[in-house]
Amino acid sequence: MLLEQILFYFFATVLILSATMVVTSKNPIHATLFLVLAIFNSAILWLMLEAEFLAIALVLVYVGAVMVLFLFVVMMLDIDIATMRAHFIRYLPIGLVVFITMMVEMILFVGTRYFGLEQFAKPVAKSADYSNIEELGQVLYTVHLYPFEIAAVILLVAIIAAITLTLRHKPNTRYQDPSHQIHVDPKDRVELLKMPAEKL
Amino acid sequence: MNFELPNFSLIIPEIFLLTMICAILLLDLFLTDKQRIVTYYLSQLALVVTASLVFFYHTSVVIVDFSGHFIQDPLSDLLKIFLCGIVVVVFLYSKDYLKQVNLLKGEFFILGLFGVLGMLIMISAHSFLMLYLGLELLSLSLYALVALNRDSQLASEAAMKYFILGALASGLLLYGMSMLYGMTGSLELASISEQISKSDNNSIVLIFGLVFIIVGIGFKLGAVPFHMWVPDVYEGAPTAVTLYIGSATKIAALALALRLLVDGLIELHHDWQGMLVVLAVLSLAVGNIVAIAQTNIKRMLAYSTISHIGFVLLAILAGTIDGYIAATFYTLAYTIMAVGAFGVVIILNAENLTDFQGLNEQHPWLALMMLLFMFSMAGVPPTVGFYAKLMVISAIISVDLTWLAVIAVLFSVIGVFYYLRIVKIMYFDKLEDCTQVVKLATDMKWSISLNGLAILALGLYPSALMVLCTQAFVMSS
Repeated sequence: MLLEQILFYFFATVLILSATMVVTSKNPIHATLFLVLAIFNSAILWLMLEAEFLAIALVLVYVGAVMVLFLFVVMMLDIDIATMRAHFIRYLPIGLVVFITMMVEMILFVGTRYFGLEQFAKPVAKSADYSNIEELGQVLYTVHLYPFEIAAVILLVAIIAAITLTLRHKPNTRYQDPSHQIHVDPKDRVELLKMPAEKL
Repeated sequence: MNFELPNFSLIIPEIFLLTMICAILLLDLFLTDKQRIVTYYLSQLALVVTASLVFFYHTSVVIVDFSGHFIQDPLSDLLKIFLCGIVVVVFLYSKDYLKQVNLLKGEFFILGLFGVLGMLIMISAHSFLMLYLGLELLSLSLYALVALNRDSQLASEAAMKYFILGALASGLLLYGMSMLYGMTGSLELASISEQISKSDNNSIVLIFGLVFIIVGIGFKLGAVPFHMWVPDVYEGAPTAVTLYIGSATKIAALALALRLLVDGLIELHHDWQGMLVVLAVLSLAVGNIVAIAQTNIKRMLAYSTISHIGFVLLAILAGTIDGYIAATFYTLAYTIMAVGAFGVVIILNAENLTDFQGLNEQHPWLALMMLLFMFSMAGVPPTVGFYAKLMVISAIISVDLTWLAVIAVLFSVIGVFYYLRIVKIMYFDKLEDCTQVVKLATDMKWSISLNGLAILALGLYPSALMVLCTQAFVMSS
């Protein structure tokens, strides 16, 4: 029990610290890497809640795919940090006020007073042969069928939106045409000329 | 695990619309720019058939299915048919404008239809999950639509602002929902309502969650102080998209507010009433006063939207059946006015108020229609706008909030100024350069005339729409 608590507080602290670093670090690459760390830590917290499938999916999907893409995009962009940080000090006081108010409210309401063990009984640990994925699959295609399908539609819209905003038809773009390349006739490319040897 | 197969015939309109969108999406690939009009006609067909399907399967009782995610009631039928009708008009007004500015692409109609699908889902949502998914489907389509004109810096800036603020609002809404889920243990609105009525000791966390939900709704409605994006988006987006955002999405925003606050959180009515009072009064004040200072017609109409949202919030916060009827009536009447007013803006391709100079000499009929829309927005008697405002005010007075009614009337009087200024510019200001000639295609002429006359007809005979709104609530309760 104690070990579990120590582990929880350790990973939770790292999670909060790395999340703070995401928004405060000066280098966007560092921010992205801290985001990876934050996601990894929240995956561990899920693992401790016995939600193994979600934890693995989080690491695979977010760390493995999304964050790599993020890093790639951040490296491609030319971000001028100086201008981005110019307004930081100006908005800091009001930001701090909002931050502290929200923080106090959250600590007051989302603590053990309302979400403690008296209000909610401790969940019973499942046995080792209990399958997370099976349970998830069961509800995903029955109870949550309608939302599940709509989530798929949202992904479709995201694809359409992204292509709409980025695809540009340029008639002058040079591109390879493999079939044309294969069917090329050597005679079109190289012309062998017979030249008489020149006399010195 | 016992699971009852849902009755799929309930979502036939949504299934049909999604199928049509996918078909149009594929077909559009094979069309040349000259044939693009086919996409337009197919989109219109999809909307008309969807509306007819909703009408064909309409109900007079409340049906909840899909494990509590879906609800069909007279209100959802009314809003869905109205929504499809409004978007048909939006597409009709947009077609010629899009051709002019070289934006007549399949994406406009496809994303527009996806937005409609999102709104249909929101209107029929009966769980937090579906409300959120419908909202995201709508919002994603809107972000892309605002940025559709990629070469315009103004449009990109507007889209960026809309996206960031919209994402923040969605996050806040989601956080509020998670709080309520934590306390009630359910995503379904009916059982949340039931749980809240059972427990009383934990109400402070519920209110904590409620605050975030109100903030989220406020952002999506564009109520003050969460209105910053409205003028910028209205101004920056292509006018066709402004037309869409300014009219059709208001129906979905009303559905979002009614579903969340009335279906789900009616037990907390006492708490959200106070919050809505603040939002409504601020919206009325800021909307009406700041609109006076605007010289850009789209920004002016944006602030006018904010003030109208104030009225809708007033009606909702009354918390009575009469209030909800008034809110629905007001929203539907407002969408008819807004679609007409933006329709005139799109015909004239107007940016500034001065673009309306001498419209009466150039095209007296169009000027008369704009006069009707402006009178209706201001709430001048023979138009529907007057009756809508009257209903809201009587709903407010019946719950002993007379001071709010007085404030609403005062700010409406201030608002009359900028609506009448448009009328003055159209009728009494002389046109400076006579080079620009207003031309109207036949279909535009007919639809804008019908639109204007609908304002007048509903104003003279409001019970036509009134009966529908009353049925929507009386039968479902």
